[in-house]
Amino acid sequence: MGRGLLLLIVVFFIWAVIDRRDAVVIGIVEGSILALGAVGLTLVYGVLRFAHFAHGDSMMLSAYCAFLLLSGVVTGNRPGVDTEVLPITVSDLPSATSEIWKFSFGYGLLVAMALSALLTAGVLVVLDRLVYRRLRRRNSGVVIFSIASLGLAIAIRSWVLIVWGPTPRKYTTVVRHSVDLPFDTSILADQLFILGAAITVTVLAYILLFRTKLGKAMRAMADNPELARISGIKTELVIVLTWALAGGLVAVAGVLLALQAQLDPQLGFVLLLPLFASAILGGVGNPQGAFFGGMIVGVVQAVVVTFDFLSPGYKFSVAFVILILILLIRPQGLFGVRQ
Amino acid sequence: MNGRVVLETRELVTGYGEVEVLRGVSVSVRNGEMVAVIGPNGAGKSTLLKAIFGLLPAHSGGVLLNGADVTGMSPHEVVQNGLSYVPQVENVFPSLTIQENLEMGAFVRRNGVRERMDEVFRLFPDLAARKGENTGKLSGGQRQMLALARGLMLDPTVLLLDEPSAGLSPKMVGAIFERINRINEAGTAVLLVEQNAREALSLCRRGYVLVMGRNRLEGEASSLLNNEEVGRLYLGA
Repeated sequence: MGRGLLLLIVVFFIWAVIDRRDAVVIGIVEGSILALGAVGLTLVYGVLRFAHFAHGDSMMLSAYCAFLLLSGVVTGNRPGVDTEVLPITVSDLPSATSEIWKFSFGYGLLVAMALSALLTAGVLVVLDRLVYRRLRRRNSGVVIFSIASLGLAIAIRSWVLIVWGPTPRKYTTVVRHSVDLPFDTSILADQLFILGAAITVTVLAYILLFRTKLGKAMRAMADNPELARISGIKTELVIVLTWALAGGLVAVAGVLLALQAQLDPQLGFVLLLPLFASAILGGVGNPQGAFFGGMIVGVVQAVVVTFDFLSPGYKFSVAFVILILILLIRPQGLFGVRQ
Repeated sequence: MNGRVVLETRELVTGYGEVEVLRGVSVSVRNGEMVAVIGPNGAGKSTLLKAIFGLLPAHSGGVLLNGADVTGMSPHEVVQNGLSYVPQVENVFPSLTIQENLEMGAFVRRNGVRERMDEVFRLFPDLAARKGENTGKLSGGQRQMLALARGLMLDPTVLLLDEPSAGLSPKMVGAIFERINRINEAGTAVLLVEQNAREALSLCRRGYVLVMGRNRLEGEASSLLNNEEVGRLYLGA
């Protein structure tokens, strides 16, 4: 049945490339963002064995971190309230905001993204120390871990709402240029950047996971935590590294997502379903699988909303349908091995 | 190969939570020696290995490794003191390659990993030929070989083996025991827990019989093989 499902996906893609090329391009861009998030999600699941429900909201938080670093704005956008701005921001760097090539932003965004990645990695590591490590020491069950992460998700979202308010924000407001691509398609320059950044970060994560000792230890722990301990692997160190890597991936995904759409506090929560669908589609705990899972979900979502009989509002239900189908037909994921 | 004791448990009492499985077990392994621990199901054989390795807390008694007290140490510290443990099941990383499995076996080792891997591959040439392959595809016997190889990566003083022959075909059992014998001949002391009592005793020099979490009998393997009680209980004679 798994082979049938894979065939169905391949046929769908071939048809989509022929008939809905523009939607496929958008889907690849959105899919690359999903892929970054899903790789982090699947790693956290693999190493820590619980569903990290705060993943989407961590993504949103990191997007706001970058917004803070760029704009310095620390207040909500309410009428009658003066906007407070931090005295120093990344945008104060010499010509940090002058646009590069056809992009809508300068190198300041890259600096903010890198700093946000460090900050988010730090936040996730600190949250692990404060919350999850205590639960590990008490040998709490997976449900407790997941509910704790759900609590953190709500806390993060509320905190962002309190500080920056519910109104959507943007990193830049300048006109966005588009670029022509071969095969009669075009794409926004910013989206080309999103794709490039997502692929670069994925390659870096791949090198870390498959070429370094600690990365291999992460995969080993996802495979068999008991044997990892027996082999002398420092499991707490691997856990810290896992959170740091997930934080870095989430931050890049969050900033790219805000660049693709716009910032708002609901940004992460609505992504939770597609993220889990991507991770499960690729086989939970399998980073390469999660990458392709994210790409597939992204493209299917983008193509399905072009159907005339479906309102675009159903976009996220596509992920839900994929999730249910994969759980029914092939719960170990497209690339997983039946245990 | 001198007669120095490298691993010793003294009246070790342990168990899972309140339930005591070991009620005072004393075993010792001399340098380069291969020692068998046999006994009926539930005698505490596997529990003994877990307790030695620090996976279960000792309620009383202790574990000495090279004369130093390692009771209550974490597995991470124990492996650095020269002990390796190969569990009975789930003893490989299925989504890692053969080579990566061995690298993980050498996680605490800072240098000489490549040289040691070459040495281990010389002992297991069939693994060397497939080192880039994923472990998930290996047969039961090959997995067991890989598990042994992983346990050897730190060049341990003592290798703890939990029923390496479990679930294997008779032909594969012979091959595994032959390999264990070679590992021992190369100088590694082995503490072998086995259900396959006759094979284990014919391979080892000394043996212990555990019953109900206590030492029942101990002595030269040959005398245990000829012991009437052992014969009646475990050898089907």
